[in-house]
Amino acid sequence: MEHLRSFSGWPPSRPARVVVLDWRHETPDWNQETFLAYGRGRSYGDCCLNENGILIATRGLDRLISFDAETGLLCCEAGATLADILRVSLPRGWFLPVSPGTQFASVGGAIANDVHGKNHHVRGTFGRWVRRFELLRSDTGRSVCSPQEHAELFQATIGGLGLTGLILWVELQLIPVPGAFLDVEALPFHGLDEFLTLSASSPAWEYTVAWADFASGRNFGRGIFLRGQHCATPAGAIEPPPSPRFTLAWVPPFPLIIGPLVRAFNVLWFQKNKAQKHSPVHYSRFFHPLDALGNWNRLYGPRGFLQYQFVVPQSGGDKACREVLDCLRRSGLDSFLSVMKVFGAVPSPGLLSFPLPGISLCLDFPAKPAVFTLLDKLDTIVLKAGGRVYPAKDARMSPASFQAFFPNWSRLENLRDPRFSSSFWRRVTGDRS
Amino acid sequence: MSSERVLILGAASAIAERTARLFAAAGAHFFLVARDPAKLEALRLDLAARGAGAVHVRAQDLAEIRAHGELLDQARAALGEIDIALLAYGVFSDQQRAERDFDEVLRVLHVNFISAASLLEVLARYFEQRGQGCIAAISSVAGDRGRQSHYIYGASKAGLDAYLQGLRNRLYLRHKRIHVLTIKPGLVATPMTRDRPKNFLFASPERVASDIETAIRRRQEVLYTPWFWRPIMATLRAIPEGLFKRLRL
Ligand SMILES: Cc1cc2nc3c(=O)[nH]c(=O)nc-3n(C[C@H](O)[C@H](O)[C@H](O)COP(=O)(O)OP(=O)(O)OC[C@H]3O[C@@H](n4cnc5c(N)ncnc54)[C@H](O)[C@@H]3O)c2cc1C
Ligand SMILES: NC(=O)c1ccc[n+]([C@@H]2O[C@H](COP(=O)([O-])OP(=O)(O)OC[C@H]3O[C@@H](n4cnc5c(N)ncnc54)[C@H](OP(=O)(O)O)[C@@H]3O)[C@@H](O)[C@H]2O)c1
Repeated sequence: MEHLRSFSGWPPSRPARVVVLDWRHETPDWNQETFLAYGRGRSYGDCCLNENGILIATRGLDRLISFDAETGLLCCEAGATLADILRVSLPRGWFLPVSPGTQFASVGGAIANDVHGKNHHVRGTFGRWVRRFELLRSDTGRSVCSPQEHAELFQATIGGLGLTGLILWVELQLIPVPGAFLDVEALPFHGLDEFLTLSASSPAWEYTVAWADFASGRNFGRGIFLRGQHCATPAGAIEPPPSPRFTLAWVPPFPLIIGPLVRAFNVLWFQKNKAQKHSPVHYSRFFHPLDALGNWNRLYGPRGFLQYQFVVPQSGGDKACREVLDCLRRSGLDSFLSVMKVFGAVPSPGLLSFPLPGISLCLDFPAKPAVFTLLDKLDTIVLKAGGRVYPAKDARMSPASFQAFFPNWSRLENLRDPRFSSSFWRRVTGDRS
Repeated sequence: MSSERVLILGAASAIAERTARLFAAAGAHFFLVARDPAKLEALRLDLAARGAGAVHVRAQDLAEIRAHGELLDQARAALGEIDIALLAYGVFSDQQRAERDFDEVLRVLHVNFISAASLLEVLARYFEQRGQGCIAAISSVAGDRGRQSHYIYGASKAGLDAYLQGLRNRLYLRHKRIHVLTIKPGLVATPMTRDRPKNFLFASPERVASDIETAIRRRQEVLYTPWFWRPIMATLRAIPEGLFKRLRL
């Protein structure tokens, strides 16, 4: 039995057992408690963990079922990763409609967190592109869910944190692209206002995102705004391999991501990227720069780290962001990788989907007490602004905060498979059992 | 190069499935044999979506030796000719049970060795007549040295290993163009090793599949996969019996 952990290594947790499902016609023995699907563990917090419960590993459910190269409709098992899909679809001219920052997430995980990408302002969330899926529940067995059939379960499963049952297979609409490359522009900026202006002036770009230096020091707040568009593969281009070039095989006994290195990294990143203005970039470099170093998360050492991503509504959002950044700056803590993105108005289909139209900011920190205190403060600011914190990246928000961020949580609780639960769910619903 | 025609015996094995995907991407045609029709259907759809040509399937318990001749006829009829035959099925032994119950010994030897030999005999006759082709069969590093923990399984794989050596020799002397590949995986994370605690020695079935594909392409004779099992097994084989019998491996 292998040790299934979350991507951030925090909180440390062990399931009582791991059940591996290798074939979609198989059914686990439900005569035990409690179950939770585990995709590829690319969630940062405890939504993919089930302390003392059973994790159903879906890694073996990675088969394709059909792919229509005329229409771009793809059907695959829920454990297939985004990389698995691209390997088959891209040579035939089809790309994922939504790409999160890692291609090692599974399709099931992408639905359960209703993930978003750099094109949220154009395409919305991953769930919008899901046509149907099959759900396996301990109480009602198998059912195919779509906006037409079992619509309520369909809606609750998208962004449903794995609680409505096990997704077995998924039918997904892909988008046509001219090649494997993107035409990318990198624009340096200083401060939140410049970032917002750049975002507002880039509606025609398919992808927009900003990386910002929120490590303490005098460069605080400067960043690089990236915008990209699919373009044809340049003649003679060699496709970089999709698998990691280097992999960290062990967790170092102490954190390697520490203040001075974080600051130096951010300075280097800025210098490197401000120099290259306009260029064709392979999609994996653009979307998944972190995947190039396999297990980079282990650099944080055995104690792991915390990510914090929130979104605040457009109106008043800039004020809230400024408050957050003030708070961060005063704390003296260094965020290693900080990403900003303006979400668009395309509605999210899920009951508990995270995105809403507004400004989103993502930070990461080593898991230490001062960070927990800071993040509690930030929760208050986000709440006041009418925003929310992303469960896929959370390991610490309070039940009160969660329930205020996601008032629909009780509807999901009603549709939850009675035998399914997660460490996250028990924590944010205040269930101590 | 025209599309390859591949026969897979034990197509539901995790290693075989990952290997088939690599050939599917190059447009191969398949004849898949496994016990469970539901698994065969999942495999058929997957390989087709990955770019395979025709994918034929047959549900068959390969321990049934009497079915082997007709099975090969059917595969030939479906594919025209066979370019590559991959023998992948096998069972792991319950050593403790085998020490109490000789039926367990018979079962493991029958599936891993006797039924495999029967299929290889049928295949050898076919390839001899065709004058070319590739027979790849999965043995195991466990066949390199008998150990108290799994020697029934080890013996079945050692038998297969010796069998393949002889077959390679026989076919080479008659037709230099027939390739016989002995595949010796070390520890692979598949359903067969599900309940064993994992450590750094375990390889993924994808890794092993990619080694198998390369070995078939390069017409290698004996493949240790991953490669480090070759020195490990050489070391184990070099330990004198007087010392080896004291070890708990
Ligand atoms: C480097 C990096 C960058 C990222 N960038 C982004 C980003 O840009 N945008 C974004 O939205 N997210 C991002 N993420 C988060 C990631 O996309 C999500 O956490 C995603 O859900 C991970 O998928 P997974 O397969 O690893 O699922 P896991 O982490 O294993 O599980 C996540 C949830 O999905 C459920 N689940 C998994 N499989 C199934 C199934 N078959 N049936 C039912 N439920 C299931 C689990 O129960 C759990 O609740 C990033 C993560 C990393 C590591
Ligand atoms: N995993 C390892 O560490 C390892 C190491 C060395 C060698 N090997 C060898 O590698 C080969 C493939 O195994 P694997 O690791 O891929 O494990 P696996 O996924 O469990 O595959 C074994 C397959 O053999 C099939 N099989 C067993 N008896 C059969 C029979 N009588 N008729 C037809 N099919 C039968 C099983 O069919 P069902 O699906 O119907 O059960 C199963 O699909 C085996 O020969 C094994 O001995 C494995």
